[in-house]
Amino acid sequence: MGAPALQLDSPVKMAVRGLTVRYGEAAALHEVTLDVPERRVTALIGPSGCGKSTFLRCLNRMNDTIRGVRITGEVTLDGENIYGPDVDPVELRRRVGMVFQRSNPFPKSIFDNVAFGPRIHGVKDPVALREIVERGLRQAALWEEIEDRLDSSALDLSGGQQQRLCIARALAVEPDVLLMDEPASALDPIATAKIEEHIQELKETYTIVIVTHNMQQAARVSDFTAYFYLGRLIEFGPTDRVFTNPTKQETEDYITGRFG
Amino acid sequence: MPQHTDRAYEQQLSSLRGSVLEMGGLVEDQIAQAVRALTDSNATLANVTIERDHTVNRLDVEIDELCLKILALHQPAARDLRLITTALKITTDLERIGDMAAHIAERALELDAEPPHEPKADSMIDLPLIANLARSMLHRSLDAFVREDADLALEVCRSDDAIDKLHAQLFQALLAFMVGDPTTIARTMRLLFVSKYLERVGDHATNIAEMVIFLVKGRSIRHMDVPPREL
Repeated sequence: MGAPALQLDSPVKMAVRGLTVRYGEAAALHEVTLDVPERRVTALIGPSGCGKSTFLRCLNRMNDTIRGVRITGEVTLDGENIYGPDVDPVELRRRVGMVFQRSNPFPKSIFDNVAFGPRIHGVKDPVALREIVERGLRQAALWEEIEDRLDSSALDLSGGQQQRLCIARALAVEPDVLLMDEPASALDPIATAKIEEHIQELKETYTIVIVTHNMQQAARVSDFTAYFYLGRLIEFGPTDRVFTNPTKQETEDYITGRFG
Repeated sequence: MPQHTDRAYEQQLSSLRGSVLEMGGLVEDQIAQAVRALTDSNATLANVTIERDHTVNRLDVEIDELCLKILALHQPAARDLRLITTALKITTDLERIGDMAAHIAERALELDAEPPHEPKADSMIDLPLIANLARSMLHRSLDAFVREDADLALEVCRSDDAIDKLHAQLFQALLAFMVGDPTTIARTMRLLFVSKYLERVGDHATNIAEMVIFLVKGRSIRHMDVPPREL
């Protein structure tokens, strides 16, 4: 299966070719081919069970941990096959970070949450750690709200703050790519707006892939949109085109609410 | 096309389509009546036409409100979004066509109040010709909207040249009248205005047709010097 005939306005960060994922006999993804452009936001949309989260989890090999999963096809990061035999999944997940739907801070202080990854990767110098933590929290647009209480428990933060803390934690290990699985679905509109604004700033530095059920959110934050249905990639294109004039009837039906 | 899961939304969109059509039909009627009032020197019909412009204006406002409501409540996308933007733009053109009908009726009243001299509206071959062409363009552009027929819309865009040519011809003929007999200037100017109004109706019908092409194809052919040969 060849590359999709889509003109991207930036280099390809991750290239997915003929990706098929089976859980036992059931195929969750069929032959998906898609290019993730560098320093752009790519949104994955589609109804529940369409394969978008499975796809997302293939980008940093989170699916490896599931028993009975079989993955065929190719996924490259900067041209290198991430399913190659020499690839260390832990190092891969440092380069391709993930933020989940439910914020999941560790039951530790705010500081220790953000410093967790860098410590694992060998940073011991307290001054360097402090810098990393501050930079991560600033990038996650949380610094100003919590700078005077870095030692208090992360669990005392509000839901929106916890989610931004998780983003800061993901950013602290300086990934190239940030995967976000419904990062704002459990947040109120103001916290959601903050996360969305924040995504616009993050894409200057990071390549972002976001799964969302909120189509207006996909339309607002992303540069490219991929529509998945029943494990297949139905359409992939520039977001403004997909939401005003999609090429596939299935996409049209889904984004206009003509579904089921 | 499958129906929306949200039935209230489906119903609002279909009521929007219905209102645009109602307004289109009314405006089409208005032009026909105004031209008849002119050619038959029928002052009563002219007054009725002027009066009915209020209904056209009311529909214009109502459709705008419905569009805003749908935009605010449902965040339409793709073809639905194009339908809303098309409706918003089409109604502006329809409202302007309604104004043209009222203006024609006003000129008809003025001509009626004057002693019947040449040139008379009914003796001018070209004026009813322009009127028929303008009405046909309007009718077909609305037809294209109902049937979402981009090819028919493109045909309407292409026929705008013919009406422009007829208007230019009539201008020359009326100019000759005025040069020949300056006492006819006031009368002739009124007829010239009518010709211009009808030519404008053709322009508005072209705008509507262009929006229909946008609605169906998602691409804009507005402000092109020559309409494309095919879509």
